[in-house]
Amino acid sequence: MIDAYTSQVLTFIGINSILALSLYVTALAGQLSVGHAAFMGIGAYTSALLMTKLGWPFFVSAPCGALMGGLFGFFIGLPTLRLKDLYLAIATLAFNIIWVVIVMNVEVFGGALGIFNVPKVTNNGIVYVSLGIFLYFFYRLQDSRLGRAFRSIQEDEAAARAMGVNTVYYKVYAFTLGALMAAYAGALYAHFATFISPHDFEVDRSIEILLFVVLGGSQTYIGPVFGAAVLTLAPEVLRFLAEYRLLVYGLMFVVIMLLRHEGIIEEHTFAWRRWSKALRREGRESAP
Amino acid sequence: MSLLLEVCQVSKVFGGLKALDRISLKVEEGEIFGLIGPNGAGKTTLFNLISGTLPISAGSVVFKKREISRLPDYQICQLGIARTYQNIRLFGRMTVLENVLVGQHCRTQAGLWSTFLRLPAERAENARAQRVAEEWLDFFHLSTKRGEKASSLAYGEERRLEIARALATEPTLLLLDEPSAGMNPQEVRELNELITKIRNRGKTIFLIEHNMRVIMDICDRIAVLDFGQKIAQGTPAEVRADPRVIEAYLGREE
Repeated sequence: MIDAYTSQVLTFIGINSILALSLYVTALAGQLSVGHAAFMGIGAYTSALLMTKLGWPFFVSAPCGALMGGLFGFFIGLPTLRLKDLYLAIATLAFNIIWVVIVMNVEVFGGALGIFNVPKVTNNGIVYVSLGIFLYFFYRLQDSRLGRAFRSIQEDEAAARAMGVNTVYYKVYAFTLGALMAAYAGALYAHFATFISPHDFEVDRSIEILLFVVLGGSQTYIGPVFGAAVLTLAPEVLRFLAEYRLLVYGLMFVVIMLLRHEGIIEEHTFAWRRWSKALRREGRESAP
Repeated sequence: MSLLLEVCQVSKVFGGLKALDRISLKVEEGEIFGLIGPNGAGKTTLFNLISGTLPISAGSVVFKKREISRLPDYQICQLGIARTYQNIRLFGRMTVLENVLVGQHCRTQAGLWSTFLRLPAERAENARAQRVAEEWLDFFHLSTKRGEKASSLAYGEERRLEIARALATEPTLLLLDEPSAGMNPQEVRELNELITKIRNRGKTIFLIEHNMRVIMDICDRIAVLDFGQKIAQGTPAEVRADPRVIEAYLGREE
């Protein structure tokens, strides 16, 4: 059996993977969000409060947290999705900051201290079954009408519209889905950490989620999961370096980005047949 | 033949510039209608207004007896008008087949749950979309490229793929913005054949062209724009003889 420490690292890898996927779905429709931690926080707080104050069971409170995140995503998405690229990123970042300030100053949310004694429910079973369901969803999305609509927007929004894709609808759709997933991951987090405070959901967490996707690679749904796993493991593996840990961690980012601009996992990383074909072709060409 | 598209007193103003001034024209069902004119005459602007890419300043566009000038572009596409672009706009990182499948988007319905649960309706619909897409790829001799990224295609193939994608939306009216741009005479002849074949499949074609080979060989009627105004209309032979057209293209003899 695995010890408590390994089990905890595994839980964080699972939760972070779901967070990475939640940003991936938003990015799939060509949108950059630097406010996903706020949605995560909405899910965490909703589920924690429903359980501690109202005594609702986890299997109701966690989905409620997810829905609340989705609801916020929808209403934030409607006006802000008129913005493009960096402007959208800044709007979502501002939302994240505002959210933290509001939570800190409202008494029901426990202010800056947060909420203590959230019942511990989350275990690796729940986390990995959830992750599996999400992964299956992305697997199905790959070659589907919905997935193609998202990607066509990412490629060329005007051309997508001219081809009959209601781009506003699908952009809000992707943003809402992303918020919903992030909030669900937040609920899982709250019931694992047993203590949540506004500081857990600040902008640096949003940037961390963005790093999962960028470093792992945003061309496939495997990339973000891989990125989440690597970045969650790295600080643990590098623990022996003591005070040099963050230095090496940072260097690792730079090296990966230099070597692989599109992230560690690219589209053809798992296309073995393509690899072997390319190798054979190369062999033929180099033959005298 | 019956009336398919009626552009009625349409104007477009950019800031203080009148790009189009009260343009009226009618496209009949089943014809190949050409639009020509010097650079900057407003041809692409007219296409942008018809397809809903740009809002119209004044006037109306009636398609299949329905006023469409206030509809968003994706709805106009659903009603049966598809277009291509002068500077090709494909979904570069999607495969050739996927590009054409996006065209089928507005003819299918599958949403989140049917996708996730792989409901029979979604599977049937997806299979049908694949069939339509493959058929158009075949038509444009692109079948062997179906798995390639659209951005990896040669120029002529990109042009054909863009038309295939537009046709996959199952339009009644196809707007082609300079389909022969950058093609050599041989490719232009092949393009002419393809356009005629598309028309024979029951599509109406409205195209912008500079290439006289395309205009004279396949267009049933043409209209001429100059400085945002329509200066002539008729069969290619009639228009070619029109003194105002000669003046617009070559200038007046002093």
